Amino acid sequence: MSRHVVCPADELPPGSRKVATVDGREIALFNVEGRLHALLNRCPHGGAQICKGVVTGIAKSAGPGDYRLERHGEFLRCPWHGWEFELATGQSWCDPRSTRLRNYEVKLEAGAELVKGPYVAERYPVTVEDAYVVIDL
Amino acid sequence: MKMPYAGAIDCDLHVPAPSMAQLLPYLNDYWRDQIVNRAIDRMPFAMMSYPPNAPISMRADWRLQSTANPLEALRAHVLDALDLKFAITNVIHGCVALHNDDMAAALCRAVNDWLRTEWLDREPRLRGSILIHPQDMSQAVAEIERLAPDHRFVQVLLLAMGERPLGRREFFPVYEAAERHGLVVAVHAGSTYRYAPTIVGWPCYQFEDYVAQAQAFENQTVSLSAEGVFQRCPGLKFVFLESGVSWLPVTMWRTDKTWRGARPETPWVDRWPSEIIREHIRLTTQPFDAPDPTAVAQVLDRIGSDEILLFATDYPHWQFDGEDVLPDGLPQAAVRKILIDNALATYPRLAQRAIGGETAAIKEDVR
Ligand code: FES
Repeated sequence: MSRHVVCPADELPPGSRKVATVDGREIALFNVEGRLHALLNRCPHGGAQICKGVVTGIAKSAGPGDYRLERHGEFLRCPWHGWEFELATGQSWCDPRSTRLRNYEVKLEAGAELVKGPYVAERYPVTVEDAYVVIDL
Repeated sequence: MKMPYAGAIDCDLHVPAPSMAQLLPYLNDYWRDQIVNRAIDRMPFAMMSYPPNAPISMRADWRLQSTANPLEALRAHVLDALDLKFAITNVIHGCVALHNDDMAAALCRAVNDWLRTEWLDREPRLRGSILIHPQDMSQAVAEIERLAPDHRFVQVLLLAMGERPLGRREFFPVYEAAERHGLVVAVHAGSTYRYAPTIVGWPCYQFEDYVAQAQAFENQTVSLSAEGVFQRCPGLKFVFLESGVSWLPVTMWRTDKTWRGARPETPWVDRWPSEIIREHIRLTTQPFDAPDPTAVAQVLDRIGSDEILLFATDYPHWQFDGEDVLPDGLPQAAVRKILIDNALATYPRLAQRAIGGETAAIKEDVR
C-alpha cells in the first residue's frame, strides 16, 4: 500500500468532484458535504467513467405507492445504465455481495504531517500551512 | 416420461364447460328470466379462440361418445388412469368476457355452484377454482368470500389477457382476499379479446393467437413483479396454467437486468425480480415448450429452482400424447417435487387435506 498526496484540499471543496491519475490509475474523487470519497473511475458493469455519475440518495419504499428518497448524498448512480453504488463502500445496492466499485481510503492531512513522509507527493510541493487530499492505493 | 407412481396432483384439468341449460338451475329467477327471454341461453359462451370441436380442444382418445357420462370418462382417462391424488378443475367460461358486470357476476356464481354440485360433490379427488369476473372487484371479492368456507376450492381463476395487467392495484383486493383465505391465484391462458392478443396488433390466425399466449404470461410476470403484488401479499402464490415454461429464464434475466438500472422507479421491488418470481410464481408443465431432454434440463437449470413447476395434464386438451405425462430430461430429484411436493407447498388448502367442504355453511346470497 502506498499513500499519495492527490491535491491541495481547496481544489476539492464540498460539492465538487475531480479525477486524478495516481500510480497509473484513474481515481474519481468526490467531496459530498465534507465527506471525501475516492473510487476507481470505472464502473464494474460496462466501464463508464463514474466521475460523471449523479450523487444522490437511495429510493426506498414500504410498499407499492410509497416513495421516499433517503440518505441524501450517500449514493452514486452510474451515468450509463443507472446502477447505484454506495459511496462510502463502493457496494452495488442491487448486488452488494458481488458487484462493487473499487474504493480507496481518502482523507485530508495537514501539510505539517505530510512533510514528515513517507508520502508520495507526485505533483504538489507540500507546504506546512495547507491541507491536502491523501489517498491509500 | 410416463407417470412413475400413484398420488400425483394434476393442477390443470378441465371438466366440460357447462351449457347455459345446465347453468339455469343455478341462477336466480331474475337472471333466468333475463338469460332465457333475451335468448342469451342460445349463445355458447365458449371461451376459446378455436371452435369447440377443433382437434386441439380434445385428444382423440379422450373424445366422448355423446352418450358417455363425462365424470366416468374423466375418471377413466385421468383420475384412475394416472392414479391421481387430486386434480384441480378449471372452468373457463365466456361470462368473464361480458361487459355487464352484474350478469357476469351472476354467471360466475352459477358456474362455481354448478362445479361444486355436479363435480366436487361427486368426486372427492377433484378440487375447484373460483371463477371471478375481474372487472367489478367488489363483486369478485364477495364471490371469493362466499366460497372460501368450502375448502375444496383451492384457487381463484383469472385469464391471462383481460383489460389491464394483473399487477395493477385495482386487483389488490382480490389478491388480499385470496391470501387471507389460503387461496392461490391461478391465471389460465385465454383472452377476453378487449384488445389484440398480440402487442403489435390483431393477428389473422389461431396459430398466432396460441403462440401469443406465452407472451401474455411474460407480460403478466413483469407486471406482478414491478407492481409489488408480493410485497403487498407476501403469502400469495400465482399459478400459471397453460403458459409454457421455456420463456421464463429469459424473462427473468431481462427483468433482473432492467431492474438494476430502473430500480428507483419502483422502490418497493426490494430484491432481484427473479427471486420474487421463484418464490411466488408457479408454472404448470403442459405445455413445456422445449424441443428435447437436454433443453428441458437446461431450462430448469436456468430457472434456478425445481420448486416452481407443477404437474398438469390440461385434460382434455391435446397438449401431450400417449402416456408421456411429463417431458423427458427432468432431473430425477425434480420429478417427485413436480408431481406432488410442489403442489402441496403451493396450495395451502391441499396441504390441509382439504376438508370442510361438506360441512361448511356457504352463505347463499344470489342476487
Ligand atoms: S456502465 Fe455503469 S451501469 Fe453500466
